[in-house]
This record gives sequence, C-alpha cells and structure tokens, in this order.
Amino acid sequence: MSHHTISVRGLGFVYPDGTRALEGVSFEVGHGEAIAVVGANGAGKSTLLLHLNGLLSPSEGSIDIGGVPVTKGTLPEIRRTVGMVFQDPDDQLFMPTVAEDVGFGPMNLGLPPEGVEARVAEALARVEAAHLRERPPYHLSGGEKRAVAIATVLAMEPNILVMDEPSSGLDPKARRRVIGLLASFAHTRILATHDLDLAAELCERTIVMSGGRVAADGPTAEIFADDVLLEAGGLERPLGMQGCPVCRTK
Amino acid sequence: MSTVAAGLSTLDRLDRLARRDTVVHRVDPRAKVVTTFVFILCVVSFDRYEVLALLPFVLFPVVLASEGGIPFGFLGRILLVVSPFALLVGAFNPWFDREVVAQFGGLELSGGWVSYASIVLRFLLTTAAALVLTATTSFNGVCLALEKLRVPDVFVTQLLLLYRYIFVLGEETLRLSQARRLRSFGGRGMGLRVYTQMLGQLLLRTVARAQRIYLAMKCRGFDGQVRMAKRLHFGAADLVFVLGWSAAFALFRIVDVPQWLGRLVTGVAG
Repeated sequence: MSHHTISVRGLGFVYPDGTRALEGVSFEVGHGEAIAVVGANGAGKSTLLLHLNGLLSPSEGSIDIGGVPVTKGTLPEIRRTVGMVFQDPDDQLFMPTVAEDVGFGPMNLGLPPEGVEARVAEALARVEAAHLRERPPYHLSGGEKRAVAIATVLAMEPNILVMDEPSSGLDPKARRRVIGLLASFAHTRILATHDLDLAAELCERTIVMSGGRVAADGPTAEIFADDVLLEAGGLERPLGMQGCPVCRTK
Repeated sequence: MSTVAAGLSTLDRLDRLARRDTVVHRVDPRAKVVTTFVFILCVVSFDRYEVLALLPFVLFPVVLASEGGIPFGFLGRILLVVSPFALLVGAFNPWFDREVVAQFGGLELSGGWVSYASIVLRFLLTTAAALVLTATTSFNGVCLALEKLRVPDVFVTQLLLLYRYIFVLGEETLRLSQARRLRSFGGRGMGLRVYTQMLGQLLLRTVARAQRIYLAMKCRGFDGQVRMAKRLHFGAADLVFVLGWSAAFALFRIVDVPQWLGRLVTGVAG
C-alpha cells in the first residue's frame, strides 16, 4: 500500500464552543497528486488541514493516510508521513537558529547527530537556503522564512505535504520562487490557498469548500471556468483566467 | 512605546556582538556561565556596609568586555537605562539608617548612604557581568550551557522560547501602539483604559500564537524536551578560565584588597 494516499470519509467537526466547522467532507487523494483546497474565509479549509495529521480529531467520520487510520496510537507514524507547513512561518520557526530549527524534527525522530546534520544540509539545499543556516529566524525576510519553514518539514522526509497559504505575504519574486519549489516536489501535495493563480499553476485538481462542506471537487481548469460555482463559494476566476484589465479583451 | 523599539534594537545588538570571534567568545559557554555565577555569588555575599572591598570585582566585567570587543559605551548605556530600578530599591536606606559610620572633616556619613552605595555598586557589577556574559556567549549559548549543566528542561525551553518570541511580541506591540497613535487625536484615545484593553488584546494574541506554535512543534515530534544538536567542548583552557577567575573572586572576597593596598602604600610611606 502506498503511503502517499489520503482518504477522508464523512468528516465532521464541531469546535468545543459549538461552532460546526466541517460537515460530511469526503474525498480521496492519490499518490503524487497536487490538490488545491479553496474557499472563502471561514469555509473550513484550515480546520480540514489540521485533521490531516491529527492535530484535531474528527467529531464524525474518519481519515486514512496511506491506509493507516488517524488515531491516537498512529499519530507518530502519521506525523512522519504528513508534513505540515503553517501559514505564519513565525509559528513554525521557534528554534534559535535556522539549522537547529530544521534539525528539530529529525532530532525528535531519534536520528544520530550525523544523520540529523545530513538531513539539515539536504533540506536547506533543496530550498536554496544553505547560506542561512546559522542565522536566527527573526532576522530573515518573509520569503526566506517561508523557504526555511518548508525545509523544516522536508527534513522529516514526509510523503505528503500539507500547506496553509504557501504564498501569503510574499512579494512577487518570493512567491514565484515558492511556486517553482512546490512544482519541483514529487510529494502528494495539499495546498489551502486564496491565491487561485497559484492553485491553477500547481494543482491539476481543486476542492472548493463552502460552509464546512465540499461544494465541488474536480479538475482545476473546469472549476475555475465555472463562474456560478465560484461566485457561490465566495471566489472569482484567477487573474490569469480573467480578461486583460487594459484592453478589456478575454 | 519607542522604549519597545529601543529594547529590541539593544537585544539585536547584543546578538550581533555575540557572533564575534574573540578569545572570550571562544571560551566554552559552560565555563562562562559557571564563572559568572561564582562572581555573582561572591559579590552579593558581602556585608551590607561594604563598598571598597567590592571595587576589585570590577576587573571581571571590564577585562571580559575589553577582550571580547564589547564597547563600554554600549554597556554603560544599558546599565544607565536599567539603573533606576536599583536606585529606587535602596532609596530609603539613608532615611532609615542615620547612624554615623564615618566622618570626613566636618562631613558625617550615615550607614544608610553607605549601604545605598553598596546596593547600587552590587547591582552595577552583577548586571554588567550578566550583560558581558550574554554579549560574549549569546542568549542561546547561555541556554545551551544551562541545558548541558543539567538545568531542568522546562526552564531552558521557557528561556529559549521567551527569547525567540520576544521579538515577535515586541513587533506586535509596536504595530498595535502605532495603530492607536494614528487614530488618537489631541491626546484622546491615549488614556489608561485603552491601554489596559491593548494589553488584554496582546495577551489574547499571545495565547493564540502559543497554541499555533505548540501545534507546529507537535507536528515535528515534540515530546516535552527541546533537543539541541550543538556539541560543546570543554578544554583545559576553559578549566583554567573557571579556576583562575574563581580563585581571584575568592581572594577578593577574603582579603580586602583596597585596604591591603592602602596599608602597603602607607606602610611604605611611613
């Protein structure tokens, strides 16, 4: 059985204060697929992501990662398989230096020092941040922080990458670099984003969330061409699929 | 709130100083932490009327700062900023303790003034030593040393995270206070009521962030212990550093060096 698949069945989640965030969410993700999860603010994207590596446990339904059900007992294995990159890199980079932060996960996996070092060097090289290794995270630019945050997850050698808003707060060049980086990965990828152009570029499949439910699930090109669906989900066509703002032609 | 910005830039400067490479920087962090601890212990253990015998201790921060390339002006400015604390602590001593302990011509010196001077001097010495330690070791180096010296993980983790997020918190505070200033006109909206609400707001944001950080840590296998990969090497030179300085502190503590020097000079003169 491949470790790179996700199966979500009838997932529902109610926050302790009674707010229902997810209801009847079901989908399957195959090996190596890149999927965009889009939807308005409060549609349940982040809540869904937090379920994928067991940071939240479902109120209803179940999740399998690579055929292994997400339960308390399987959490260590699940978290090794699913790497999660958070929206704010400041939440993710908590160690004194970049190298120590990237090494945090491998250290916790119990690797010997040489093994940790190898993982750190490899992950930093992968995101082209090897020169930042001794820097403290608060001295990095937004783009550098994002790259290092991705490296901290790569160092765990996950099979599945889950990312919350990978392009938020980045300048165009840094955003372009992150897109290039994500395109180069062979992992199964799930990206929750408001950046529909990024979704159109990286993901062949898109899931539209609305009010905690799956409003649509299909090929990205078809979904982004369906104005009625986008409107209902609080979205609009990606800029790349809109007419030219200068000459008003499509 | 420009004090927040000033504080952040001071921490930043300490951090950059700590990345230099000098003889003092190369001493094992554990050696510096232990030596500083012995120093502080000796300084605070003097009798409360002691002033002159404390003076030789100035040697430690001064030698370390000059060898470690830490500008005295920078240290002096920080000491000046934090000194009101010590000045206040002892401020009432001259009122309470009026017993005359010394006379210079017609001038009477009360015990209160002497103990006040002693408090301020001790404060300056210990703070200067701690500052020099941080500026030549880095805050994180100090944490690493504490961890290797088997200080409980909970404390070390607290310190590490405190230092990491003090910058984030500081910047958040700056943004919040900027937002208030921009919409306060003629002093309205700058009152205490808004201030307390801002503090509450900051606390809530901090709690939310702490939760997100904890989730991020759990994702990467955090089990309550932060493992630091860096290995330290405690060599013969480090041992000499600890023993040499500790012996000097012990000497300063037992023998009243200024008095002894004075006697030597007057003895020679006589």
